[in-house]
Amino acid sequence: MSMLQVSVYRYNPETDSAPYMQEFQVDTQGRDLMVLNVLEIIKQQDSSMAYRRSCREGVCGSDGMNMNGTNGLACVTAISDVTKNGKLVLRPLPGLPVVRDLVVDMGIFYKQYERIQPYLQNDTTAPAIERLQSPEERDKLDGLYECILCACCSTACPSFWWNPDKFVGPAGLLQAYRFLADSRDTATRERLSELEDPFSVFRCRGIMNCVAVCPKGLNPTRAIGKIRELLLANAT
Amino acid sequence: MVTNITNFGRSGLSDWLVQRVSAVVLALYALFMVGYLLLHPGLDYATWNGLFAQTWMRIFSLLAFVSLAAHAWIGLWIVITDYIKPTGIRFVVQIAIILAIFIFLVWGVQVLWGA
Repeated sequence: MSMLQVSVYRYNPETDSAPYMQEFQVDTQGRDLMVLNVLEIIKQQDSSMAYRRSCREGVCGSDGMNMNGTNGLACVTAISDVTKNGKLVLRPLPGLPVVRDLVVDMGIFYKQYERIQPYLQNDTTAPAIERLQSPEERDKLDGLYECILCACCSTACPSFWWNPDKFVGPAGLLQAYRFLADSRDTATRERLSELEDPFSVFRCRGIMNCVAVCPKGLNPTRAIGKIRELLLANAT
Repeated sequence: MVTNITNFGRSGLSDWLVQRVSAVVLALYALFMVGYLLLHPGLDYATWNGLFAQTWMRIFSLLAFVSLAAHAWIGLWIVITDYIKPTGIRFVVQIAIILAIFIFLVWGVQVLWGA
């Protein structure tokens, strides 16, 4: 028996007046489980435990949560990577309203994503087959398109915590740059004009929490720097 | 696009640029001051007064004061918009800060060009 002590944030707004931490003992049988496996064992002990999950292999981005103080995907985070002193503390992603237990309301996160118009805009006549892109132009999208919108980065960002209604956040800005950098997109000027206020992009203070937590190894801070460069290059 | 009316330059881009340019000016002024004080260990009033009697030093100092004013306005505006959410209180604090910056700036000019 190798027991892991797990402390989990519990909150059911229908029955609880306030959130609380519940302690669980999980038998790992000496294996280095993923945090999601631990949650599945807990779910067998207490079926009222609520969390989101789907693909269990870091592709869908459903199980973003805060593990011992660091955001990440529970399905691709081994307990040996996050456990401190034999203890695992699981909390919902910080800064978003809690729906129940580890499930958060991602509404404002998606709203900021919607705001940057995350789709290709091109007002020129569509060619007969497809819009071509050179391999070099396509290379510019590497490190941008891989985002799975798990919200680990934006909810690790203090600028997003204080102003989630005004600051787009690292996830949204990475996608904003993904379309600014796309050779097939012709709405660059319009996109930039939506971003030059003091909040949308410029509330980023470059502390790089987003880079530290991204489970896909992406770099939103670099993308934000590129957006600033574009804004500067397009200004007089 | 988030509308703002109390920030320094009406645009995040201009605020960001002003913040960086003013930081360079302040760094140069600070380095000059530290260097000057290190090169003049037994500094007396006459030498210090002589330094500020020169026009280039007054221009350099005023440039540093104006940079400091802009830098403080932008920086404190950012801090305030992070931490003070009620619009009324935030507006009053912003006005107080802008007023203080203005007073310090005018006072600085008076010190530089006064008797």
